[in-house]
Amino acid sequence: MTRTRMTTVLLPILVVLGSMAVLLLLAGTNPWDPVRTIVEGSIGWPPFEGGSGRKVGDTFMLWVPIALASAGLIVTFNAGMWNIGIEGQIIMGAIAAAFVAREVSVSRPLLILLAILAGAAGGMLWGLLVGVLRTAGGVNEIFGGLGLDFVALSITTYLIIGPWARSGVASTSGTNPFPDDALLPSLGGSKLSPLAIAIAVVALLGVWMLFRGTLYGLKLKAVGRNRPSSFLMGIPTNRYLLGSFMICGALAGLAGTSQAIGFHHKLIPAISGNFGFLAILVVLLARFQPVWVAPISFFFAMIAVGSPGLSLRLDLHGSLGGVLQGVLVLSAMLGLGWAAYLARRRATAAAESSNE
Amino acid sequence: MPSPLLILFRALAAALFHECLTSHAMSLELREIHKHFGPVRANDGITLTVEAGTLHGLLGENGAGKSTLMKVLSGFHSADSGEIVLDGKRIELASPDDAIAAGIGMLHQDPLVFLPFTVIDNFVLGSPGSWLLDRRQATDELAGLCERYGFNFDPDIPARLLTVGERQQLEIIRLLWLGARVLILDEPTTGISADQRAKLFATLKALAAEGMSVIFVSHKLEEVADLCQRVTVMTRGKVVGDAELPTPPERLVEMMFGQVLDTHERDDVPLGDSNLKFDSVRTASGLLSEEPISLDVKSGEVVGIAGMEGSGQDTFLRLCCGMRTPTKGTVSIAGNDLTDQHYREFLDAEVKFLPAGRLEEGLIEGLTVTEHFVLTDRDTNFVIDWDAARKRSEHLVDQYSIKGTEASTAESLSGGNQQRLLLAMLPAKLKVLLMEHPTRGLDIESADWVWEQLLARREDGTSIVFASADLDELLRYSDRILVFFSGRIIGELEAAATNVDEIGLLIGGRKAGAEGIPT
Ligand SMILES: Nc1ncnc2c1ncn2[C@@H]1O[C@H](COP(=O)(O)OP(=O)(O)OP(=O)(O)O)[C@@H](O)[C@H]1O
Ligand SMILES: [Mg+2]
Repeated sequence: MTRTRMTTVLLPILVVLGSMAVLLLLAGTNPWDPVRTIVEGSIGWPPFEGGSGRKVGDTFMLWVPIALASAGLIVTFNAGMWNIGIEGQIIMGAIAAAFVAREVSVSRPLLILLAILAGAAGGMLWGLLVGVLRTAGGVNEIFGGLGLDFVALSITTYLIIGPWARSGVASTSGTNPFPDDALLPSLGGSKLSPLAIAIAVVALLGVWMLFRGTLYGLKLKAVGRNRPSSFLMGIPTNRYLLGSFMICGALAGLAGTSQAIGFHHKLIPAISGNFGFLAILVVLLARFQPVWVAPISFFFAMIAVGSPGLSLRLDLHGSLGGVLQGVLVLSAMLGLGWAAYLARRRATAAAESSNE
Repeated sequence: MPSPLLILFRALAAALFHECLTSHAMSLELREIHKHFGPVRANDGITLTVEAGTLHGLLGENGAGKSTLMKVLSGFHSADSGEIVLDGKRIELASPDDAIAAGIGMLHQDPLVFLPFTVIDNFVLGSPGSWLLDRRQATDELAGLCERYGFNFDPDIPARLLTVGERQQLEIIRLLWLGARVLILDEPTTGISADQRAKLFATLKALAAEGMSVIFVSHKLEEVADLCQRVTVMTRGKVVGDAELPTPPERLVEMMFGQVLDTHERDDVPLGDSNLKFDSVRTASGLLSEEPISLDVKSGEVVGIAGMEGSGQDTFLRLCCGMRTPTKGTVSIAGNDLTDQHYREFLDAEVKFLPAGRLEEGLIEGLTVTEHFVLTDRDTNFVIDWDAARKRSEHLVDQYSIKGTEASTAESLSGGNQQRLLLAMLPAKLKVLLMEHPTRGLDIESADWVWEQLLARREDGTSIVFASADLDELLRYSDRILVFFSGRIIGELEAAATNVDEIGLLIGGRKAGAEGIPT
């Protein structure tokens, strides 16, 4: 049983890696070079020994938002919802945390706690909005979410060139850095924040627990699979849908908080790093299993940190990155389909062999 | 004006078509079919012959493996082993397409009709032609087939406007048009009216007379006796007997259940206080808007609801449980006015509704039996104690004789066992139980058993209100019968003082003259 699940998760990843290798060969590079460059550029070569502590810290600090957003998406996916609005939820979390970081002055621990709570609340609110549009307004969550993503992005840009503009120059490169007191405490010389990592780990564990052992999780699953039946069982379906958006929004908001006060240390227009969309891919590859979200998120964090080295170290054209991403998504889908096919075949074979 | 050439062409086409239909009668043989799902031997070496041009019945208790066998035969499942032989030739069916190409067509219990599409689009959908479809020609052929079998559709209306019975008719002629010469019907009579059933049977008999082989799966012995020439009985994945019809029904029952069943007689329970009360209830428009309904269902009472599909029964049942809110009048449960409340408040007041669609509005695909019990158990804690839940579930599976395990998913249970699961999920204490077709798809033994369980609830003061298309069921288990016709209640009868004929007339909108039925 566990072996089955292993292959269904690993196969798509292997397909992704394989197709990237082919692409790189076509581009005239030895596929091993970029792999090595990425690993070296993120966690060092040999892993965790040779690299700079700063890069390792960056990798972990990008793992945090990807893992948090993925944890959130597991909840909405189980409720049967495509929460495309997660990008906006990350951004609103970042904005809320930035507000606290900029405008509130209390003692350091309290300030950080407030920023984290505000970030979660900001994302939760934005998630709730998608949910309300869906349940009360009948707006499909994909369209509502996309709209709200756009609104959130516009608000950041407005804040950055408007009220929160850098003193003197108004540019889209971001606000002034936050005061040191508002930044997540980190290990010396890097951005690595044990607190942020702890939050992400707790979130993944929490989501795992939610669907493994709680009635709330089971009801969410029921609502996601069949709303009329769930309603007739007496489950308040709308309330559960809203709940899933709120949980996901809060986790996305935490991801945004980590981006704001843990990584960039200021508000920038691209604060979300597109990690919301990336998380959708992560969750699909992880088959909605929190256990698999952790390593897959880490893999993507490594790429994010290590790939800028590609064009420097190897003579690869910059646009190859975009092509790579496209191929990645397509081959991930292909791999998922293939794994599903194999799983079906294996189920039949198992049924047959148990006859003997 | 169609040109003479066109007329000639059409006549020729029709003649050719008729030739096709009548010339290739096929005999069908299944040899040693095995199909297992994990440990479940759904088909355990089935051998069966269907002669060309006959109507062949297939009987068996719930979970006997009938649907599985039919799915193997129509290419939906591939058998683990065994042969399918058509006209002496062994055939391999890897998909429903293969089956249709070989001339085997299956009519599913819920006809696979694309509801938003028009009738004609549904008709041409899935036609194998590789060239562009000639819609005009298809429309003509549809009209020709309709005329031939006495059906009547407007090709341009959306299919969702058709009744279940009409969807079946559409599906049948579509299969004929595609060249089916073996027709499989899996429980085709469960959702349709008596009229439509009569029409269906006439069509099937006509088809058999033209050389079509028909396999008819049903739980109703009378239907099989009416329609079929031969019958095969299955039990637990095996064939246990064959018979030429007519045969005494007791013999068939004995083959199916290994014994002659004596049905439980319903005994009377003293009626108590009012449980469900309607006072001049009506809706704003459409069904049930013309005449206000006043009604009082006492505790321990069983009220049956008769009527043609879509005569207002659904609306009535939904008014009873807060899924619809009346525009006028009051609805009270056990003396409490719940008129403007919603389903959840009714549920809290111990009113429960079981609609007809088992997998659509009842069970949840992908969740296990245990998970269903956890969801509906009022005492489950926030953190689920899975060990206790599994124990309880195993106990209920046993108590309700559900063929399956606590870990079976809802969709892997056979139709009848899904029904048992739904009943096992009912709360222990209920004031009002509302049901649509409570024994739909159940074999006779199970149906009897289910009613025994339901009637036992009367002792605790539960009122039962159920809609059924089965007049015998209505007469046998109800105290009172309400007959719906075109959006209103046309008659209210004492079950003990009426009969099938009187109800039948009322269902058709006619009143039996001198009897003086209250209106
Ligand atoms: N997809 C499946 N996976 C696992 N088990 C299955 C599956 N389909 C059917 N079964 C099992 O196979 C057995 C036979 O089921 P089948 O649906 O053929 O019964 P049936 O004779 O049609 O019963 P009914 O009269 O209740 O419709 C049942 O025990 C059922 O649980
Ligand atoms: Mg069946």
